[in-house]
Amino acid sequence: MTMSKYWHVLNIGLQNTLVYRLNFLFRATFGLIPLTATIFVWRTIYAGKADGRVGSYELAQMVSYYLVVTIVDALTAVTEDDWQIAADIKDGNISQFLLKPMDYLTYRLCLFGAGRLVYAVVALVPTVAFLWLLRADFVLPPDAATAGWFIVSVGLTALLQFLMSFTLALLAFWVLEVATFIFIAFAFEYLAGGHLFPLDILPPAVAALLDYTPFPYLTYFPVSIWLGRVPAEALAHGVLVQLLWVVAAYALARLVWSRGIRKYSAVGG
Amino acid sequence: MSSEFKVPGSELAGAPPPPDARPHSPFPISRYLSLYAALWRNSVIRELGFKVNFLMWIVVEALWFALQLTFIGVLYLHTDHIGTWTKWQVVALMGTSHLIQQLFTAIFLTNLTALSEHIRTGKLDFMLLLPVNTRFLISFRQVDLGGFVNAASALCVIGYALHRLGHAPGLAQFAGFAVLVVVGILIHYSLMLMLSATSFWTVRAQGIVWGYYNLFNIARLPDEAFRGPFKAVFTYALPMLLVSNVPVKLLVDKLGSPLEILLLVTLATLICIASEIIWRTALKRYTSASS
Repeated sequence: MTMSKYWHVLNIGLQNTLVYRLNFLFRATFGLIPLTATIFVWRTIYAGKADGRVGSYELAQMVSYYLVVTIVDALTAVTEDDWQIAADIKDGNISQFLLKPMDYLTYRLCLFGAGRLVYAVVALVPTVAFLWLLRADFVLPPDAATAGWFIVSVGLTALLQFLMSFTLALLAFWVLEVATFIFIAFAFEYLAGGHLFPLDILPPAVAALLDYTPFPYLTYFPVSIWLGRVPAEALAHGVLVQLLWVVAAYALARLVWSRGIRKYSAVGG
Repeated sequence: MSSEFKVPGSELAGAPPPPDARPHSPFPISRYLSLYAALWRNSVIRELGFKVNFLMWIVVEALWFALQLTFIGVLYLHTDHIGTWTKWQVVALMGTSHLIQQLFTAIFLTNLTALSEHIRTGKLDFMLLLPVNTRFLISFRQVDLGGFVNAASALCVIGYALHRLGHAPGLAQFAGFAVLVVVGILIHYSLMLMLSATSFWTVRAQGIVWGYYNLFNIARLPDEAFRGPFKAVFTYALPMLLVSNVPVKLLVDKLGSPLEILLLVTLATLICIASEIIWRTALKRYTSASS
């Protein structure tokens, strides 16, 4: 019973996001332009290097890094959900969820899952075409076990991305305009999560410091698994740390939600 | 949202033209200047209503700019040149790209992205009725003041980069740089106007317009990194690899030949003409939201 009602939500979510498939296609295709530019810049840098290495990356590894980031992003990035959550709160739409026997976080998670599913399917065509063009420099996971770990880690990344965005959007209980907060957090994630460049080409002290934050587990960690850069003995440990961050983010999301609802009800009277 | 924001004393909606307007000129400049001043006043008052938000957006933009500079900083930890571009030359390039982008944002961005909304809601009907050139109105309606603040920070970065390069450009170079920055803004404006005009044909144009914003990412990278069809498209069709590269090359004595400037200016002229043609064609096609 409880499961079936969320299946229903997932279903509705799928149908609703299918409307945006053309938009998704534009976004996925346009997104390849800056990606191409970044790869061009790296190629030029490698052309000027006598030893053909930047940090511990060879050219193929560096190019693949950005390609796998694109894949992870398509599967896990939060795009519209945080805005919608903030709007739900601002416009008072969440009142109906307080009455319904439905948990808002789970409801939102279902919609997020549906949205990512549709996006990933739509983005598949341009992305695969692009990967095929760059196949000479595209590194696959070294073995099936690594691929398995990658899938587990991507799942955790999706949860972590969602929970962090969810919590951030809940700021709408307290402030009128959350957009700036979301963009500031996104900027940090972009840098510290490893979107802009692999984190281990940073000075070692900075990279070590980032290890104590959840950011590397948002992108950098699963990508490193794919590239076979995480040693076998560190895999389980890394995934465990990622899982702990997910649990922590979940606890925080629940806490902020209950605080927010208390504030919200108080406003409503 | 914004147009209902009535400001006392604003001449925005159908006020009589100032006495010095020449009724026979098709584009009386003094009248349009005073109109633009009124639109500015409107925007200032609007921003003053949300002071914290205004400051927060400046923080956001500064943060993203710092992010790009960090990227360059990290790249140059591992190399000392990209093609022939040295670190501080690329920083000057990033600064210039940011300068052009922010001035464009300040003057045009909000207005152009709003066009599809004006068409969808039929608000464009109202604008067509006003005794003002419609292209002027949809281009300049609102000013995003934060963009000017961010542009100032870009100027500081360019200045610092020049200092680190130990390079003191001459007056002519600065003047040429300023002119080319304006040319760059005009290119972005005309291209984006053309894209916005597609909303006369499809309601989904807003996605295309935001997609264009992605192209700014290319403009801040050194042109030498690119080759093949990618370089050809983004040099000759959508001259992203010229808009900020050429002014910076002029500033730091990096120009291969003055032909690059000629190319940029020629393309800008062509794009401006194309945008006017497309704008007129699109307007002819427009038949209000309700009919």
